[in-house]
Amino acid sequence: MKKHALSTRVWHWINLICVTVLFMSGLNISNAHRYLYWGDYGFAAEDAWLAVPRFPGWMTIPGHYNLAVARDWHVLMAWPFAVGLLLMWVAMLANGHFWRDLRTTRTEWRPAAVWHDIVQHAKFNFEHSGGKFNFLQKVAYGVVLGLFLPGMVFTGLAISPGFEPAAPWLVDLLGGRQSARTLHFLFAWGLFGFALVHVGLVLATGPLKQIRDMITGGRA
Amino acid sequence: MTGSIRRRGFIAGAGALFLGACNRIAESSAGKSLFGKAQEWHLAAHRSLADRKALAKEYPRSAISPTFKQNGSRTVDTDFYRAQLESGFADWRLEVRGLVDTPLSLTLDQIRAMPQRTQVTRHDCVEGWSAIGEWTGPQLSALLGMAGVQDSAKFVVFRCADKYVGRQYYESVDLVDAMHPQTIVAHSLNGEPLPEGNGAPLRMRIERQLGYKHAKYLAAIEVVDSLDGIGEGKGGYWEDRSGYQWYAGM
Repeated sequence: MKKHALSTRVWHWINLICVTVLFMSGLNISNAHRYLYWGDYGFAAEDAWLAVPRFPGWMTIPGHYNLAVARDWHVLMAWPFAVGLLLMWVAMLANGHFWRDLRTTRTEWRPAAVWHDIVQHAKFNFEHSGGKFNFLQKVAYGVVLGLFLPGMVFTGLAISPGFEPAAPWLVDLLGGRQSARTLHFLFAWGLFGFALVHVGLVLATGPLKQIRDMITGGRA
Repeated sequence: MTGSIRRRGFIAGAGALFLGACNRIAESSAGKSLFGKAQEWHLAAHRSLADRKALAKEYPRSAISPTFKQNGSRTVDTDFYRAQLESGFADWRLEVRGLVDTPLSLTLDQIRAMPQRTQVTRHDCVEGWSAIGEWTGPQLSALLGMAGVQDSAKFVVFRCADKYVGRQYYESVDLVDAMHPQTIVAHSLNGEPLPEGNGAPLRMRIERQLGYKHAKYLAAIEVVDSLDGIGEGKGGYWEDRSGYQWYAGM
């Protein structure tokens, strides 16, 4: 059996491209109105809970301020991103990856066990018995796959006025359109934070083998 | 040290390559047609997930935002407009023309005498901000019904009196959005005549799309079978000038 299923590998790389383009075009869109609000409305700096810095060209797609082209990219890549995520979830549930590797057990949530895991992680000791991932990995992948990634899709739909009449409850559930926009932004930076830690840990644990395994599948 | 410089150089180089590739795709005709397709898929998805007449959320009056942000043109820079603003738009006419059986030329009194719809809705700007206001006016479907839309009609073009940065503003929607119950020709905001900065005397409300579709300083409604030959042919001021998406529902 392979370490990474084919569905995981294909999705991983497609999703990397999608998230990268969506994030960078999203930063360009953020530059159009650099204030975030809670609730249904918000347009004035004094009502904002956060004044967002202007993101420089090297962080954005395209590399200069252009709302139209940034939105073209965002609106295009939203499709493979959302459809890919849906298919990945179907695959994870069908091939057992979720039940076998990602689901946490009650014993793992015991404070002593969680502490042990944190200490081992801090010591860069990633050997763990039983199961592919340790507790912190499961929690990280769980938050990304279960909250941040689907959160991007749902908050993105919620801030689309053409979609809203299909599910007005979604906008209400998220606390109003400006709250949904705020969450869209926070989840995006949550993904960025995950990516930093993820890449950092890959670099710390034999990056060439890790990357090769995510392409060829590797050995379990 | 050299390793880290080399690595940084590699990352910067890879980043520049990636951005360059994105630009080349965005500027290619294949890229442009893909962007157009993605937009059409969103339109199709929105219209298949919700009924075509499904309403945008309407709020209680208590939800109205303290002010309503004025954006884009805030006036019309002509002597005629200034005189009309003084006189309460006594000589303003809204024309309904193009592919209709009976072209109309309506005064504000005639527009106010029609059956009215009042709606408290949220205005979402493409930039990201939102404001909530109460709008009153006749449904566009009623005006089009009076004029009699011909079978060949496909789009409704909104002709505006204002120029923004030297260009005439205009917008367009297809017949689905034109006939939507919340698509109204608004003459009032929060119970008062439309303020100058919000498009006096008349502006469109297209509640399932972003703010740039909501044409202000409305002078004529033109029913057409194609957007070719109108402006630069992309269906609106921002579409022509900056390449904004014609479908602004996302």
